[in-house]
Amino acid sequence: MDINDLRGLSTLFMLVTFIGLVVWAYGRKQKKTFDDAANLPFADAEVAERTRSEVLDHE
Amino acid sequence: MATGAVESLPVTYNYKVVRQFAVMTVFWGIVGMGIGVWIAAQLAWPALNFDLPWTSFGRLRPLHTNAVIFAFGGSALFATSYYVVQRTCQARLMSDRLAAFTFWGWQAVIVAAAITLPMGLTSSKEYAELEWPIDILLAIVWITYAIVFFGTIMRRQVEHIYVANWFFGAFIVTVSILHVVNSAALPVTMTKSYSAYAGAVDAMVQWWYGHNAVGFFLTAGFLGMMYYFVPKQAERPVYSYRLSIVHFWALISIYIWAGPHHLHYTALPDWAQSLGMVMSLILLAPSWGGMINGIMTLSGAWDKLKDDPILRFLVVSLSFYGMSTFEGPMMAIKTVNSLSHYTDWTIGHVHSGALGWVAMISIGSLYHLFPKLFGKEQMYSVALINLHFWMSTIGTVLYIASMWVNGIMQGLMWRAYNEDGTLTYTFVESVVASHPGYIVRMIGGLIFFTGMLVMAYNVWMTTRRDVAVSITQPETVVATV
Repeated sequence: MDINDLRGLSTLFMLVTFIGLVVWAYGRKQKKTFDDAANLPFADAEVAERTRSEVLDHE
Repeated sequence: MATGAVESLPVTYNYKVVRQFAVMTVFWGIVGMGIGVWIAAQLAWPALNFDLPWTSFGRLRPLHTNAVIFAFGGSALFATSYYVVQRTCQARLMSDRLAAFTFWGWQAVIVAAAITLPMGLTSSKEYAELEWPIDILLAIVWITYAIVFFGTIMRRQVEHIYVANWFFGAFIVTVSILHVVNSAALPVTMTKSYSAYAGAVDAMVQWWYGHNAVGFFLTAGFLGMMYYFVPKQAERPVYSYRLSIVHFWALISIYIWAGPHHLHYTALPDWAQSLGMVMSLILLAPSWGGMINGIMTLSGAWDKLKDDPILRFLVVSLSFYGMSTFEGPMMAIKTVNSLSHYTDWTIGHVHSGALGWVAMISIGSLYHLFPKLFGKEQMYSVALINLHFWMSTIGTVLYIASMWVNGIMQGLMWRAYNEDGTLTYTFVESVVASHPGYIVRMIGGLIFFTGMLVMAYNVWMTTRRDVAVSITQPETVVATV
């Protein structure tokens, strides 16, 4: 075993990690979490409105 | 991490620093693109360098690239990342003071660049020309930026870190590593230093930096913009959040390897060139994954494009992104590169990314931002946004089409041989043949630049307190042109 085996293995490791990532991301378990996460840009109306009135008051 | 915790003080966002960076984005855009038009005109009519050292092409060109990438693009990234991280974490920036320091520090770096580059003070590394004292200031500002950004994420009121912040975060971390490693140098005087690396290693470090400046500064950061402003402007969540996660990890792990394609057929070892080529080809997949994710966010709501020029800016920027991330891998193939390298094709490719993708997504995001930052419902004039959209699109198309023609023509002329093995054309013949393309390019750039002036007027009118901008109109109604 020399350094080149390690280099080959690292490629294999990256491939397995990538497949693992895809399986995890598309797994049924994560669906709800990701659906909620996707809606984060629309979840802060209250703070945004408070900031908006602050802007209008102070500027 | 305040998951589930209820904050007792009513939180508001820090819009001040976002406003400052947003306004400076427009300002530096005009300056940087104006210099770009000037040096484009110099290539068509060389007398425009006025025979002065300070205004020669060799000194103004780095000033142009620094101004558009770091002053215009950088200010846009600061503005949008500070805005997005606050809004998706539902938390105020970690420190108003540190945020203000990043604003003034960043402007100081830009002013220092604008003074030293025309004086001819340069480390001669492309996109990293600034001399060592400015490099150190830049590193301090950048690390402060990282502290403010990640500090804000740590204060988030929601459990999940939204995907846009992952992209902004990767951009901030990677750029700090790239900058520190590539700028490592031995100072000789206050204005002169020598790179810590030598020969082919120096070239490889430079293009590892250079291509990842493209990959992380000009791509990952702007993808962060895309993942917030496209859904927000289209009023629907991103097409596939799962795809966005695969997109993120695939993009950042592959981009870092693509640098050697800048050094095809040089002293760089052949295996490193081939590695860079293969990694550049693989890069097509995550790039297009991200583009599809952005464009498909409009799936089922395509009609919005008809009425909303801001959305048009965002979607057309993604089209240019898709186009240039197809062109890039193709140009990274060694045989194609042997034709395209050192020609104007490269310049065309860069600008299809820089004008079409980076500038247009920034402009679209800013048009979404400005009314919110100044407490208005929308921009002063939607018709002027539409005008700006068409000027940007036509300007970009003229620019890249003329450079394609010039580039391929130059590549073919330089490699043409006669039967006896002598070159068919002298170099200067290819320069003469390029002249019409240089004029078209200058006109394209001028149209794009004029669009920025239209934007500046629209922004100025939006920020004026004495001009009411349909305050009564609810946010959901999109004005027609």
